[in-house]
Amino acid sequence: MRGQLLAIVLVVVAGTATYVGMRGVMHALQETQATYYTEYQFADGFANVRRAPERVAQELRTVPGIGDVETRVRASANVDIPGFDKPVTASIQSVPDGRAPRLNQLFIRTGRMVEPGRDNEVLVNEVFAEAHGLQDGDTFTATIRGQQQQLTVVGIALSPEVVIQVEPGGLFPDRERYGVLWMSRRTLAAAYDMQGAFNNVAFSLAPGASLDDVLVQVDVILDRFGGTGAIGRADQPSHSLLEFEFEQLRGTSTVLPLVFLLVSAFLINIVVARLVNLQRKQIAMLKAFGYSDYAVGAHYIRLVLGVVTAGTALGTAAGVWIGQAMGQLYLDFFRFPVLTYTLEWPVVATAFVLTTGASLIGVTGAVVRAVRLPPAEAMRPAAPPTYKPTLLERIGLQRFFDQPTRMILRNLERQPIKSTLTVIGMASACAILVLGLFFTDAVDYLVEVQFEIIQREDLTVTFTEPTASRALYEIASLQGVTYAEPFRAVPVRLHYEHRTQDVSLEGILPTPYLRRVVDTALQPIPIPREGIVLSDRLARTLHVAPGDRIRVEVLEGARRTHVVPVVGRAEQFIGVGAYMDFEALYRLLGEGPSLSGAFLMIEKEAVDTLQETILDRPQVAGVISQDRAVEGFEEASAENLLVFTFILSLFAGVIAFGVIYNSARITLSERDRELASLRVLGFTQGEISYILIGEIALLTLVALPLGFALGALGAAGVLALLETDLYQIPLALSRATFATAATVVLISAIVSAVILRRKLHTLDLIAVLKTRE
Amino acid sequence: MVDSAYPSAMNSEVVFRTEHLSKIYDMGEVQVHALREVDLELYREELVVLLGASGSGKSTLVNILGGLDTATEGRVLYGDQDLTRANDRELTQYRRRYVGFVFQFYNLIPSLTARENVAIVTEIAENPIPPEEALDLMGLGDRLDSFPSQLSGGQQQRVAIARAIAKQPAVLLCDEPTGALDSETGVVVLDAIERVNRDLGTTTMVITHNVVQAKIADRVIRLSNGRISDITINKSKTAARDLTW
Repeated sequence: MRGQLLAIVLVVVAGTATYVGMRGVMHALQETQATYYTEYQFADGFANVRRAPERVAQELRTVPGIGDVETRVRASANVDIPGFDKPVTASIQSVPDGRAPRLNQLFIRTGRMVEPGRDNEVLVNEVFAEAHGLQDGDTFTATIRGQQQQLTVVGIALSPEVVIQVEPGGLFPDRERYGVLWMSRRTLAAAYDMQGAFNNVAFSLAPGASLDDVLVQVDVILDRFGGTGAIGRADQPSHSLLEFEFEQLRGTSTVLPLVFLLVSAFLINIVVARLVNLQRKQIAMLKAFGYSDYAVGAHYIRLVLGVVTAGTALGTAAGVWIGQAMGQLYLDFFRFPVLTYTLEWPVVATAFVLTTGASLIGVTGAVVRAVRLPPAEAMRPAAPPTYKPTLLERIGLQRFFDQPTRMILRNLERQPIKSTLTVIGMASACAILVLGLFFTDAVDYLVEVQFEIIQREDLTVTFTEPTASRALYEIASLQGVTYAEPFRAVPVRLHYEHRTQDVSLEGILPTPYLRRVVDTALQPIPIPREGIVLSDRLARTLHVAPGDRIRVEVLEGARRTHVVPVVGRAEQFIGVGAYMDFEALYRLLGEGPSLSGAFLMIEKEAVDTLQETILDRPQVAGVISQDRAVEGFEEASAENLLVFTFILSLFAGVIAFGVIYNSARITLSERDRELASLRVLGFTQGEISYILIGEIALLTLVALPLGFALGALGAAGVLALLETDLYQIPLALSRATFATAATVVLISAIVSAVILRRKLHTLDLIAVLKTRE
Repeated sequence: MVDSAYPSAMNSEVVFRTEHLSKIYDMGEVQVHALREVDLELYREELVVLLGASGSGKSTLVNILGGLDTATEGRVLYGDQDLTRANDRELTQYRRRYVGFVFQFYNLIPSLTARENVAIVTEIAENPIPPEEALDLMGLGDRLDSFPSQLSGGQQQRVAIARAIAKQPAVLLCDEPTGALDSETGVVVLDAIERVNRDLGTTTMVITHNVVQAKIADRVIRLSNGRISDITINKSKTAARDLTW
């Protein structure tokens, strides 16, 4: 019984630790985010303009519902870090002179704030500093507007705006090749020709104000100055990526641990009930000695409570440890000043109540059945079991089975509920494994589709502003560029009925070669000469189908509005997209041909030099490398999912073992008499092992496909919960995932079998012959 | 020497020989001497009844002869094979080939029918008789497909005997075969054992504490306190069906 109790404790520990750890870390992250945003005054809205005089700030302050307004200068720069030979770009942001920022305040990790009037001082964002080993006092050069400047690091800082440091236009972080820096407003304005003006503004909302209303008003004011549309937090790159990551974590940290906990509770229920059933004789004996039903019941309840409490306590301790360790890992990815992990008692209580409840139900049912019998009757074992030939045998397959196999089949068929519960238990463990592993598959598939079928370019060049087509030929003629494909991106707001969605509408070639639009079968679709193609999820968000007509409001230039037919739906896992033929887009804009950038196919070895050459061109805002995007994506997904995956798999393995071992152990208790009889008749250890282990093996074989199916269903459910605007994770399960899940279950089964095989050696042949069945 | 006594009318080939056989059970602080220096010979085709009170060592002796238990001291020879030197695998093979067991509580496999309970042994035996024939011999030809739960105690015990003899064992060891049965059924079972001994020539040892049953034996061995206290040759055997108790 000790082994079985230990197995129960392990299952409780695994369930509780996962639940407490993952819920706890999620809670800690969310609390930290909320506190950080509040204490460091993270802005509610942001807007970029080409150049607006400072007095416009006053105008913005009059917008009803707006709280505080902070104007800033934002510059992009090429940075040359000593010892790092690849091109690095930076976004330099101004901090007010002589006062702390009112919005988006900085947390100074080391060093000090930049001082007004000192030209070369800079604060460096922590991840970037770490990536390059930058410390206070270090220097590097930056090229701002073609002007080289020597900058001195005076401090390392964090900002609620860059909890995740992500390049504008890039979807994923790249901590080495892109960094955020802060400089004094006066200095930066001088370098960027923004004296008395700003090109970026952050604002907060007054309590109770509507963001949408404020955004509209801000757009109206900033339109004259080349505003490209104000955005709320939801669209702020760091925040939206953070929310996306949190969304994933919420899915994994809420759904999966709960599934874990429920599975372990369910298993404990089964195991405890079976344990008590095996103790009928002892229960009868206690009753014969005069113990009351209540006393007998209390004994078993105390036993179970002891086991479950021990398991919950150990599991909570393990969970806290896991939570803290994971919290530290996440801090590397989400840059908060500190992460405080606090143990949430309601979480522990939930775990305890669920596991205790399930086991008490199990124990009570079994004890009630046991004490209801008069002692004399209970001392006798349960009524002799009645068997009949199994269905397989009745349909004429009997001759294919030898006697031991018939024993296995009939035992299973005679106790369908027990067999089913065991199968469900093993299948649940298998399903948890699939759930723990499928993310990696999904991400692999996503990367493959997105970066091999849809986005086939090596580099994406974006211009600072719409540029004449000539620029394309200039870039195409650069050494190392084999093919260039233009695009024109325009910020638009799509309207359909009462729903709206802001997207970047891309004008592309009718049959693009590099950046393609594909249907759900992943086949490229041509862009019709008229109309708009929407990504599937965008179409669903707006509730439109091909044939519907939507209103397209252009958010730049003349801000024209047109009604355009939807002519197609595109499969797209990352972001939402809207596509039009170039010519159709120019007609919509009422402009002549101009380009926002180009997709390039290049000779791989030319990538670094080309990036540098292109970045040096004045009209170029940025160059994004496909390989880096893939790396960034994989890093982003892998880093935080891997931890979850590992822990989930580990605990799923523990649970699988707990179930299988307990089932097998109880089967042995139920069969020891038969097995001993067979040994007496001259059966070898191996031959009786077949009967015992064959039963487990058969149940395992049935459980595996069921577990795969449950796992796939669960994965689909988790993905449905995780779908966000930023990307949609496809359900793609690889054979490797199923194979790993099956392997863990099989290893658990084999280890259980080996332990049992050893127990068979200790079967007391004589004792069983002396007792009555 | 009591063990040299054997009925002159019988086969004198020795099947089992024990020499100074002792068995001590270590029960924590106390040691129980179940057998003390037992010297005994069993002859081919004889039917021996082992009589003795509870705790006299009957079952221990049968278990050691049957290869289910090992002696603490002394030797047991089955023909030329020294059972005291055999390992678990050899004992298993010994039981499988040569020994048929019948127990007080039948020990049938509940999930198998009467026929299958016999077949499970004949499947692994070298020279078995068909299960149907063995059951027919026990008068159960019409209950081949019944499960144990559908049979009476006597019927179950006869299935157990059929199972024991179907592999044509050299020895049949019966530990209180009628202990769980009423006398009428017990007679039927003893009759079956007697027939096996007579018709198949299987050397048979029956444990009982019922003195009446000793009348069917060729020899009666009495055990007391772990020692053989008396061996009697039964000059006038009584047929089992004529017994009452």
